Amino acid sequence: MNQARTNPLNTTLMHGALILYTLIALFPVFIILINSFKERRAIFRDPLGLPDAESFSTIGYETVMKQGDFFLYFQNSMIVTVVSLFFILLFGAMAAYALSEYRFRGNMLMGLYLALGIMIPIRIGTVAILELMVATGLVNTLWALILVYTAQGLPLAVFILSEFMRQVSDDLKNAGRIDGLSEYTIFFRLVLPLVRPAMATVAVFNMIPIWNDLWFPLILAPSEETKTLTLGSQVFIGQFVTDWNAVLSALSMAILPVLVLYVIFSRQLIRGLTSGAVK
Amino acid sequence: MTALKLANVNKSFGDVHVLKDISLEVEEGEFVVFVGPSGCGKSTLLRVIAGLEDASSGEIHIAGDMVNLTPPSKRGIAMVFQSYALYPHLNVRGNMTLALKQERQPKSVIEDRVRKASDMLDLAPYLDRFPSELSGGQRQRVAIGRAIVREPKLFLFDEPLSNLDAALRMNTRIEIANLHRQLGASMIYVTHDQTEAMTLADKIVVLRDGQVEQIGSPMELYNNPINQFVAGFLGSPSMNFFPAGLINAGDHHIMGVRPEDLFIDANGKLETTVSHVEHLGGDTNVIAQFGEHQIAARLFGQHAVAEGETIRLSFNPESAYSFDDNGIRVN
Repeated sequence: MNQARTNPLNTTLMHGALILYTLIALFPVFIILINSFKERRAIFRDPLGLPDAESFSTIGYETVMKQGDFFLYFQNSMIVTVVSLFFILLFGAMAAYALSEYRFRGNMLMGLYLALGIMIPIRIGTVAILELMVATGLVNTLWALILVYTAQGLPLAVFILSEFMRQVSDDLKNAGRIDGLSEYTIFFRLVLPLVRPAMATVAVFNMIPIWNDLWFPLILAPSEETKTLTLGSQVFIGQFVTDWNAVLSALSMAILPVLVLYVIFSRQLIRGLTSGAVK
Repeated sequence: MTALKLANVNKSFGDVHVLKDISLEVEEGEFVVFVGPSGCGKSTLLRVIAGLEDASSGEIHIAGDMVNLTPPSKRGIAMVFQSYALYPHLNVRGNMTLALKQERQPKSVIEDRVRKASDMLDLAPYLDRFPSELSGGQRQRVAIGRAIVREPKLFLFDEPLSNLDAALRMNTRIEIANLHRQLGASMIYVTHDQTEAMTLADKIVVLRDGQVEQIGSPMELYNNPINQFVAGFLGSPSMNFFPAGLINAGDHHIMGVRPEDLFIDANGKLETTVSHVEHLGGDTNVIAQFGEHQIAARLFGQHAVAEGETIRLSFNPESAYSFDDNGIRVN
């Protein structure tokens, strides 16, 4: 195994494949970025060309800044994503801990019930959710989105986290109990830090779909004050005319925050993905 | 005063009856070892005493108080775990002081006890290190230190040595024995290793299938086992058993002879074929086949015995034990 790993041919092939994949994956992002700095005619004349002195223009960004409350949308997206993630991690971890740590009647069934959510897409219930939100008066509030995303993220979070929680040593928790720590202290001070990699994994898995979602913002919170970034960018796409400069600029800016959050979580994430295999 | 008294303690997990009607007493200052094969319920019993598991029925008294409904932290116990179970986010000092801080002890008391414990265990240079920066033996000492600072009425050890290597195990064993002498505290120690049980205990409790087989001092159990199980469990190599009929010494009884009571004798009744020899220098262990029964003999000194050789073994009739068909001792 060691030999195969150090074999130069294998290494080259492996890196070649990975580099190729990276290029393919990044290509659309790259196209969006370069085109967002070009004027409209240049985008269509030469979509793959880099912006030069003649075609360079920040008109897209200017439009985005001028038209619509771009920063408000941005802020809405951020609030929805961060708050949803917080609730998913908090409730997911607590439920996972209860399921993995305590013996009670229906423990197994409860676990299955919670895991069921992974298999049933939440969008099937859109009409019911909308009715519910109308009835509770939550339509056109960020809370509507936060609640839906939390519900959407919990099943997978509980599923992944309970698996990791089972690996936390019983002796450690028992030592805490003997030392007089409360169950909450044991959970927050002893168990949570040990499953941090798993938490980061769950956070990344949930963060990107929430940030990119168009469906629920469009249905549950389409008002001007609660538009998210993805929904907000749609104003530039018309039925007959589309302001490509603005769309591309808006998308370019929308990438940034996810990138930052991803970098924050990724160090943990790598440890999380490998921690099962390599102890 | 009794440090611990168990009265008819039972524990079931669903349909599985793990502890069956266990009653025993631990005197003040006594070192009691629970020993038995894995799965016999000894760790569960310790957990029930600690309060980490609830007893299904029966009473647990620690230092005279019934503690069935008392949470672990209020039972006046401290526990040392097999996996050390140190808090990874706290340094050695933090690990040792956490319980005292929870009890809201004054700072001076905490300082004082930590200093005493770290002197006793040579931990002073490591107080500011984190568990991940310590070796296995040091971690185990920290775990013991964490128990000492609480000054409990009862120490509980759950196989504390099984993660250490052989040399370290012996040193730590001696250290624990010294500790018991210095502190004079009551201790309960769980192990599956009969050497640890014999060397440390004032009193051994032999458990099998969730039942107490026999309670007594190490030598009492060694010299006077109540049944075939206890006889076979204590002593290394373990006692040899064969039907008494094979040497015309009675009828249906099973005969038990300790390996150290066997010696080579040209007129010996046990004609055996040697299958394996272990030369230990001081001793020679001979594993031999007696009919279909395997016999281990521990011969003092060095003997030139070769594999495949036929030797005759003999023993003093007084040193033999007899058991009936149910394994109960009869003489």
